[in-house]
Amino acid sequence: MSPLENKLSEGFLVTQLDTVINWARRSSVWPLSFGLACCAIEMMATGFSRYDIDRFGSGVFRATPRQSDLMIVAGTVTHQMASRLKLLYDQMAEPKYVISMGSCANSGGPYWQHGYSVLKGVDKVVPVDVYVTGCPPRPEALLDALLYLQNRVIKKRTIARSRTPVEIAGA
Amino acid sequence: MAAGRNLGTQAGLTPGRSASSVTLFVQAATGREGTVEFHFATVLVFMLVGVGFILFTLSLSRIVRPRIPGAEKATTYECGERPTGSPWIRFNIRFYVVALIFVVFDVEVVLLYPWATIYKQMGLVSFVYLLIFLVSLLEALAYVWKKGDLEWIRPAVRRPEVAAPVPQKHDVSASGGRQ
Amino acid sequence: MELEQIAGRLNERFPDVVKSVETAHAGDPFLVIDPPRIADVGLFLRDDPDLSFEWLMCLSGVDYPPEQIAVVYHLHSQTHDRKLVLKVLVDRAEPRVPTVEPVWKMAGWHERECYDMLGVVFEGHPDMRRILLPFDWGGHPLRKDYVYPDTYRGVTNKP
Repeated sequence: MSPLENKLSEGFLVTQLDTVINWARRSSVWPLSFGLACCAIEMMATGFSRYDIDRFGSGVFRATPRQSDLMIVAGTVTHQMASRLKLLYDQMAEPKYVISMGSCANSGGPYWQHGYSVLKGVDKVVPVDVYVTGCPPRPEALLDALLYLQNRVIKKRTIARSRTPVEIAGA
Repeated sequence: MAAGRNLGTQAGLTPGRSASSVTLFVQAATGREGTVEFHFATVLVFMLVGVGFILFTLSLSRIVRPRIPGAEKATTYECGERPTGSPWIRFNIRFYVVALIFVVFDVEVVLLYPWATIYKQMGLVSFVYLLIFLVSLLEALAYVWKKGDLEWIRPAVRRPEVAAPVPQKHDVSASGGRQ
Repeated sequence: MELEQIAGRLNERFPDVVKSVETAHAGDPFLVIDPPRIADVGLFLRDDPDLSFEWLMCLSGVDYPPEQIAVVYHLHSQTHDRKLVLKVLVDRAEPRVPTVEPVWKMAGWHERECYDMLGVVFEGHPDMRRILLPFDWGGHPLRKDYVYPDTYRGVTNKP
């Protein structure tokens, strides 16, 4: 808990400060590159010039969880990968978000029935903020998810005291 | 600003000047005289602004960001794997040699800059002094070169040995002419 | 050199090692080899100058419930431009086959995969452990009667 988190009562200055801080946070949501399978190709396509994720501030894909805000789980997660994924999520610094991209990350995808080594949805190991459907989802769908996440961030009460108890990471 | 102190006398230079500046009399072989104004206050303000800028932004971040330490979060990052063993590995000595040579010649280049600023006033004599300086460093370069410290030795490529009698050349006749 | 001739050569060198020559089916014709001597047969096939099968293209396993598991070897000769398929049939309850890893290095990982998926133990293999699945996985998935576990390390595996 930062010294100021959810401490100040709502007033004009506090909400303006909140807007500024949240604006800074949502305009630079740096993803942790977590492309595992075919959805990674679509994530790369989103990063290229036609769909350009960089214009939303998320073009800086970091290789390390210490410097990233967002984990886009793009692809099939096997049981072996799941433990590594959980550790990497734990190593990210708050505020952190997770986008589950594609059917495999949402619920096991085409391997839901017979895939013995596939994790049936990444939400079994990490809390997910946005699910993107598709196999693979189009780049526009991933951008839509990112914008939805940014909307959630801008409305979050960071400094202002919230009316209900809130989760620390995301929400 | 600091009118009581006479910095000029402290440095053994000409007294009577304003205490916030140090004037430098340059006596060259040609007998010319030049002055360089130098304000300590400007330097102080620069330092304060530079350091203060950093401190301000870092403090602001510190106040606003959440602080949630955790045992898993503090583990060493190794792409999701648990690290085993010590990260202090032995590395080849040639990296150290290259760094050492770099430091020596970098300092030489740094010392060239003040000479360059003063060359115009000083004239030919300073050029001769510089040549003496450079020659002694060229000796060092020649030594390092001759010793072979400038060579970057690549690790030797070792081809794996296989027991299977794989033919090294494609012999067309053995396969009856088929490619 | 025809399949029959290769079978003849093998039988000359190792008495009765070729149990049958199968050609009457759709697909590659193959030789069924006596399991305990497969490593010697492999070495002979690789080193004999007329046969000279330098490459093991693929080593795979097939499950034939309820009695047998087969291990299939696909060989290729670069000097003679020829392919050969060998099959070894072992008991399904306790499948053990000598390893051909000293003969063809590629067999190293292929045999690990065969062990991981079907449970065939290759005797004399320098590194007989699972290659695809996690080391603490139970069972051998490509067997026809495999039932996959409900949870793995606390995470539920059912959809």
